Formats: sequence, structure tokens, C-alpha cells
Amino acid sequence: MSAEQHRVGDQPWVRRSLIGLAVSLTVILLVIPVVVIFTEALSAGWSTFSDNILDEYSLHAIGLTLLVALLTVPLNLVFGTALAWAVTRFRFPGRKLLITLIDIPFAVSPVVAGLLYLLLYGRNGWLGGWLSSHDVQLMFAWPGIVMVTVFVTCPFVARELIPLMQQQGSEEEEAGVVLGASGWRIFSKITLPNIKWALIYGVVLTNARAVGEFGAVSVVSGNVRGQTNTLPLHVELLYQDYNVAGAFAAASLLAAIAILTLIAKAIVEWRQSRIEHPAPKTGGA
Amino acid sequence: MSITIDRIKKSFGKFQALNDVSLDIPEGKLTALLGPSGSGKTTLLRIIAGLESSDSGRVLFGGDDVSNLHVRDRNIGFVFQHYALFKHLTVAQNIAFGLESLPRRSRPSKQEINERVAKLLEMIQLPQLADRYPAQLSGGQKQRVALARALATKPRILLLDEPFGALDAKVRKDLRRWLRALHDEFHFTSIFVTHDQEEALELSDQVVVMSQGQVEQVNSPTGLYARPESRFVFDFLGHVNVLSGVVKGQSLVQGNARVALPGVVNNQEAQLYLRPHEVQLAKAPVAHARLPLRIEAISLIGSEVRIELAPEGWESNEIWEVGMSHGEFACHNPTRGELWYAIPAVGHLFAGDSAQPETVDWHSTAHASAANM
Amino acid sequence: MSVSAQAGAAPVRRFAGRSKRVLPGFGLSLGISLFFVSLVLLLPLTGLVVETSGMTWDQFVFTITDPRVIESYKVTLWTALAASLFNGLFGLLLAWVLVRYEFPGKRLIDAVVDLPFALPTAVAGITLATLFAQNGWYGQVLAKAGIEVAFTPLGIVVAMAFTSIPFVVRTVQPVLEELSPADEEAAVSLGASDSRVFRKVIFPSLWPALVTGIALSFTRSLGEFGAIIFIAGNTPYVSEVTSLMIFVRLQEYDYAAASAIASMVLLVSLVLLFAINLWQGRYLRRLEGR
Repeated sequence: MSAEQHRVGDQPWVRRSLIGLAVSLTVILLVIPVVVIFTEALSAGWSTFSDNILDEYSLHAIGLTLLVALLTVPLNLVFGTALAWAVTRFRFPGRKLLITLIDIPFAVSPVVAGLLYLLLYGRNGWLGGWLSSHDVQLMFAWPGIVMVTVFVTCPFVARELIPLMQQQGSEEEEAGVVLGASGWRIFSKITLPNIKWALIYGVVLTNARAVGEFGAVSVVSGNVRGQTNTLPLHVELLYQDYNVAGAFAAASLLAAIAILTLIAKAIVEWRQSRIEHPAPKTGGA
Repeated sequence: MSITIDRIKKSFGKFQALNDVSLDIPEGKLTALLGPSGSGKTTLLRIIAGLESSDSGRVLFGGDDVSNLHVRDRNIGFVFQHYALFKHLTVAQNIAFGLESLPRRSRPSKQEINERVAKLLEMIQLPQLADRYPAQLSGGQKQRVALARALATKPRILLLDEPFGALDAKVRKDLRRWLRALHDEFHFTSIFVTHDQEEALELSDQVVVMSQGQVEQVNSPTGLYARPESRFVFDFLGHVNVLSGVVKGQSLVQGNARVALPGVVNNQEAQLYLRPHEVQLAKAPVAHARLPLRIEAISLIGSEVRIELAPEGWESNEIWEVGMSHGEFACHNPTRGELWYAIPAVGHLFAGDSAQPETVDWHSTAHASAANM
Repeated sequence: MSVSAQAGAAPVRRFAGRSKRVLPGFGLSLGISLFFVSLVLLLPLTGLVVETSGMTWDQFVFTITDPRVIESYKVTLWTALAASLFNGLFGLLLAWVLVRYEFPGKRLIDAVVDLPFALPTAVAGITLATLFAQNGWYGQVLAKAGIEVAFTPLGIVVAMAFTSIPFVVRTVQPVLEELSPADEEAAVSLGASDSRVFRKVIFPSLWPALVTGIALSFTRSLGEFGAIIFIAGNTPYVSEVTSLMIFVRLQEYDYAAASAIASMVLLVSLVLLFAINLWQGRYLRRLEGR
């Protein structure tokens, strides 16, 4: 053992073998699968790839998926921000319970989530029966897909904001109140700049999951091609039809969104660390 | 503007943070709330500001009840312990924030705001840092920006929570002097919270000593140091030498130690509190006191020589401390391990259960013999 | 001018009673939160209650103890356990390497760890199925060793492990970063061996986070559906997970049976959720000395 070794696992051979093992497992389990998605998508050539993407049903699935994300993200943005503000800026009875409750979608199987909505809003459900007597059909139609997607993705924004806002504390906002600022001015000028990056990342995560949700959506969608088929469901349909290249072409779009999500996260973390540890320009008092 | 605290009570769950506190803060003075952590001083400051509500009692500004007035409408300046500067705004924008938050009718024009900010930057001697962000400032600079921000809307009351707590010793001293000068120039009513007795005594016009949610004593710094009214204040303010024993035959006795206490009731327990400067050292006991002590350590650093002594033949919870001038030290040359006798000139006696001390003065009778060592 | 004159002239907000909040927006933010939680999270639970309460107790028990369903519990439990234990080891290794060492490509590895959360499960499912199929890149290699993954319970383990990789890494990583080098240096300077320092100094502060990560990974694996169905083969009594059983019952239009099984799954996941939260609360309190 060299005299410089102070910390556990600093010997060169330990370091090299641990890094080697970790990197190879990561490549096998995470990197190669991504590579496979794109090689399979392009296995039959670029023209087949673009045909697969520009297919009528594919385009419809893309459109529906975008609609779902477009409706889900703003709803959960408002909810997540409101919830984070309530639980980090105030003390009230039931606060801890509320924090636990919003984790339910993380713990519940997506199939169960879809079932819950189907039972309530489906034709036989107590609310769905009433709705269908008024000619409103939510399940096996796009509103149902949006509803379960909202359920599945509702924790993301709140989960990103709560730890950050807890750690930042409310001193800056209190200072704003002492200086006479209105509620909106405090939120927009003081709070929002402080949570901006976490909020963006929460949105990115919500979007990624909204675009990619499969289990819950497949329960309530009815999988009608060209009507209630989202992109992940479309991937499944093509795969079951033994159209592997088609399935992977659709999958590659979703994988691209996933990769953009990871890049967004890296940027956000980099920005956050720059705010917390900026290069000081001056010393002394 | 004067501030009156009227029978304020506040508890957090089972913890009683403030227990029936009443207090008068005079106009234009700098008042310190001094106490150990958990004494309720910060809670009291936050209640005065309106950042916390009391369970009962009233807060009055210049005779007007503001208890139900929102902090936004109290027109106070508040400097937070960790400054709470807005991270995403520049120094100038931070200082301008309060002015820009005023309702449109009373808000100064852009030009006026810029002039005010420039003037405040001048006042805190940081005009060159107007466009910096808080993260690029040192602790002392942040503190001054926080102060300028609090003063921008010309509040009549300035409240500061541990204003120097997060700074290192040198910066702290400079800022203290600067704050004192600023206060003397503008004469707002200021209250600051501190757990540092030196800071409280040096900076303030009036000190409020707090302990366990209650006010122990209110006095000027000199009055407080000279005439502490309770054991707590004694222990909390500076070092104190204690002889605790039983009164027998007009003397307080414990083991080998004995101090004459004419006119005190016999056969009761009592503690005699002596400040380091109220005690001198001699080679032999005198008529009114026999307090044998052995020198444990001598510290030459500072304007005065500090000598630490351990009781010889009697007991004390804490080590005794006696100060002497460098001149005296050179003259008597006490060394470690030697046996000396402490000669009290003035002392403070807590007899029996009494919470308030009685001052004992042997000075007139004993001074001559003590000096003659 | 006195402050009373000023206060009298300006519009002044007065608190209603003593229970005032200094920061604005309490009513609004809590109102939105409660409305949303009730409507989106709690109201749908009533459907399940209504559906299952329509069954007799015997029907309910019969449905949830059907031999095919029982087999699905067993498969789900052991595969989820295997996957989360694998992730315990792999996650600890990754977290350790990412916190302790510098090497080229480290930032890339760190970013890629989150891929399973970002990648839709259906995409993960068809990709893993393709890789592990008999003619797939991995399937070919494993076939030579006599190991079959696709269309076996082993495939379920692979799918579960893939989708829950980030949990352990992301819970252990921050704890590892907070560990003070001084403790280790002290132990090493006292002559302790590396393995001893790891067991006596590092692991005691690490294991609560590790357990949390494994529990989260286990919970997620129990409910996983999209990634599994493509690779598992879904053979009754062999490689059917419970989520799939619910789905199968739904496709048979047997809503009651689907609800009965779902209520069991829901119960288990809620118990796990509350247990993890309680556990986290407790060990965090201990670490922070509160």
C-alpha cells in the first residue's frame, strides 16, 4: 500500500477493476440497447424508415401523443407548483400525508392505474354510467388517455420542486414580504428564478413519461388504429404484426425524446451547480 | 418611533418560546436582545416584525397597536441572519426591490429610484459593486447590501437578526463600528438579536437579557455589567468567580475559605459572586477574606494579564480568574504553582433563596490592606 | 407624521384573527393541491371499492386464489426480488465508481443511468426482447452457454432490472458524496484494512439509503408491465406477472376479477409506499440528529 492512499478503494488495481466492471455493465445494459433501437429502425434502409414514420397511422399516433403531452404537461405544471408551494412554505395538519399521497402514482402499477379509471368512468362505473347517459364517453377515447396520463405523471414536477424549495427555505420570500412586495411579485421575481431549472426538468420528465406511457394507456385506449393509438401503443401493434422495422422506427422517435430528456437533465444540473458554486470575482470585505 | 411589547406569549407545540414578555424599546436607541439559543430572542424579533404571530399580547409602534397589521404594512426594515439577498438580482436590483414594490401611487420614478440606490451604495461604500450578484460578494459585503436594502424604503424601525453571526472576527469588528456610526447618523429605532455578550455591550444603548422565554434584565451596558440582578445574568455576562458556602459567625465559610459578611443572617446557604476585576491577589490573607488559591495558568495576551487559579483546600465549580495590569504583574511576578490569596473589594451575595443579589463593599475598609501586599 | 396617519391613509390588510400566514398564496396553493389530489388520485379509488364490494367474500377469495393467479404472484415476487437485489449490487457499484473515481466518459455514464426512467417501457420491452431473442446479439451468446432468457422468467428479471436501475444509484450517490473523508482517514491511520473500513465505517452510513433504493426498485418491479410483456412469453403458470393477469381478466371483460386482483396489488404497493416513507423519515431524522 502506498503512503498516499488515504481512502478505501484507492489502490490502482481496485480502481481499475471497479471502473472496468461498472463501465462494461453500463454499456451492456444501457448503451447497447439504445444503439439497437436505431440499428433495427434503420435495418431496412432510410426509405423504409421514413415510410414507416410517414405512414398514415404513425402520423396519427404521433399527433395523438403530442396532444396528450400538450394537455398533460400544463395541468401537472400548475398542480406540481401549487403543491410544492403549499407543503414547503406552510405548516398545516395533514402536510406529511399530502406529500406521501402524491407518490401513489409512482407506487401503483400502471395497469392498476388504468383499471381504476376504467372502473370509475367506464360505461359500468358509477360516474361513467351517468356520463354515458349524457352521451359523454371518456374511456376508449382520447380524453381517457389524457386522464390516466395526468394520473401517472402528476408527481414529477412536485417531486423535483419539493426538495429544492425545502432546502432553499423561505427567507428570501420573507425578505420580499418585509419589503412590501405583492404575492405575485414575490413568486415571479424571487421564487421563480430560484426554481426555474428544477421546474424545467420537472416539465421535461413529465413530458417524457406522458409521451411514453404504455400500461395505463393500453387499458383505457381500446387500441383503435388511427383513433386511440398513441405512439407506444403503435409500437406494440406493429411489433405484434411482426413489422419489426416499423416498430423500431416508431420506437426510435420515442428513444430520441428520451435522449433529449437526458441531455436536458445534464444541462439543468450544470446550471444549478453554477448557481451554487459560482466563480468568485472578489475577496475580502 | 418607540416600540412597546405588551404581555406577549408564544409557544411552538409544547415549547414555550415566549412567556409573558413585556418591554419598552425607546425611540432612536439601539437595543440588543441578548441571550443563549432557545431564549426566545429571535422569536421576539420576528413577532415585532410581524413575521411570526403571537399567541396573545400586543405589539405597539409609537402607541399604535400593530399586532394585526401585516408585516408588509408595518414599514420596518429587517436584516436576516443569512442576509436573504435575492440570488438572481444584482446588488442594485436588490436594493431597489422595496422601492419598486411600493404601490404605484407612492412609487418614486425610475430616475428617483436609481438616484436612491446610488446614494445607498455610496453609504455602504460599495458603489463599484452595483452590478454584481450576491454570490460574488464576501460575507461583509453581503451584510452591507442587506442593510442598504432594508433602509431603502426609509423605515423608522430597523430589526437585525444576528447581524454579525456569520462573519469572521475582523470583519465583524469593522462592521459593528460602521453600524454604530450609521445608527448615530440616522437615529432610527433599532433592535438587534445576538448571543454574543461582547457585541451587545459594545454596540447597544440598551441591553435586554433574555432566558427561557423571559426577560431577565434590562439596562444600559455599563449598568448591566456593574449591577446584574440575577444569577443568570451574572453567569451569562463575562467570567465570574463563585464562592458558595454557609454563613457562620458573620462569615461565608467553605472548607479553608472564609469571607466576612457583616450583617448577614447566620446558618443559611449563600453564594458570593466576584468579577475578575473586583478581586486582587495578595501573598497573605487579610482580615475580611481568606481565599487560598494556586495559580494554574497565566495568559499574557491582551491589555491585561489574566491569571487562572484553582481553590486550595476548598471547592469551586469553575476555575477562578483574576486580572491584573502588566505593571502589577511585572512588580509581583506571580508564577505557576504558587499559592496566593484573593482579596475581594466588591462582591455580590445571593443569600438563601433570594433571586436578587446584595452588593457587599469591603472597599472602604479593606482597600488599604489589600494594596499593601 | 406618525405611522398611524400613514396606516390610516393607505389601504391596510388586517389579519383575520391570530392564525395569519406571512407568505401569500396559502389558500390558493392548498386549494389547487387538495382539489387535484382528490379528483385525480383519490376519486378513482372509489371505482375499485364499488366494483369489489359487489362481490361476495367467497367470490373474492376464489378469484384471488385461483391457481394461475397464485403462480403469477410467485413469479412476480421472486423476479422482482431478484431484479432489485441485482440492482442493489449494480447500483452500489455504479454509485461508488461515479462518486469516488475520475475517468474518461464518467459524465456520459452518469447521464445514461437515468435512461430507463426516460425511455418508454414498451420501447425497452421490444429492445430487450430483440437483444435476448435466440438470434439476438445477447441471445446468441447466452444460448451457447445454455442460458435462455427470452420467453422465460429470466426475461422478466432482465426487464424489471432494466426499468429500475436508477433507483439504487440515485439514492446511494448523494449519501456517498456526503461521507467525510476524515472518518476514513482516521480509520486507515489506525491501521484498519480496506475491507474493515468499508464494513465498519462506510457501510453503516450507506445501508439505509441502499435499503431505500432496493425497496423502491422492488416496488417499481412489482408493478412493471410494458417492458415485461414483450420478453416474458406470458406462458400461463410459468411467466405471467400479476399486472398481466389483471390485463388478461380485463380483456375477458371480467371486471370483477380484474378488480379483485388489482386490489391486492394496490394494497401491497400502498403498504410498501407508506413503509418506505416512514423508514426514510426515521433514518433521515437519525442522520440529522433531530
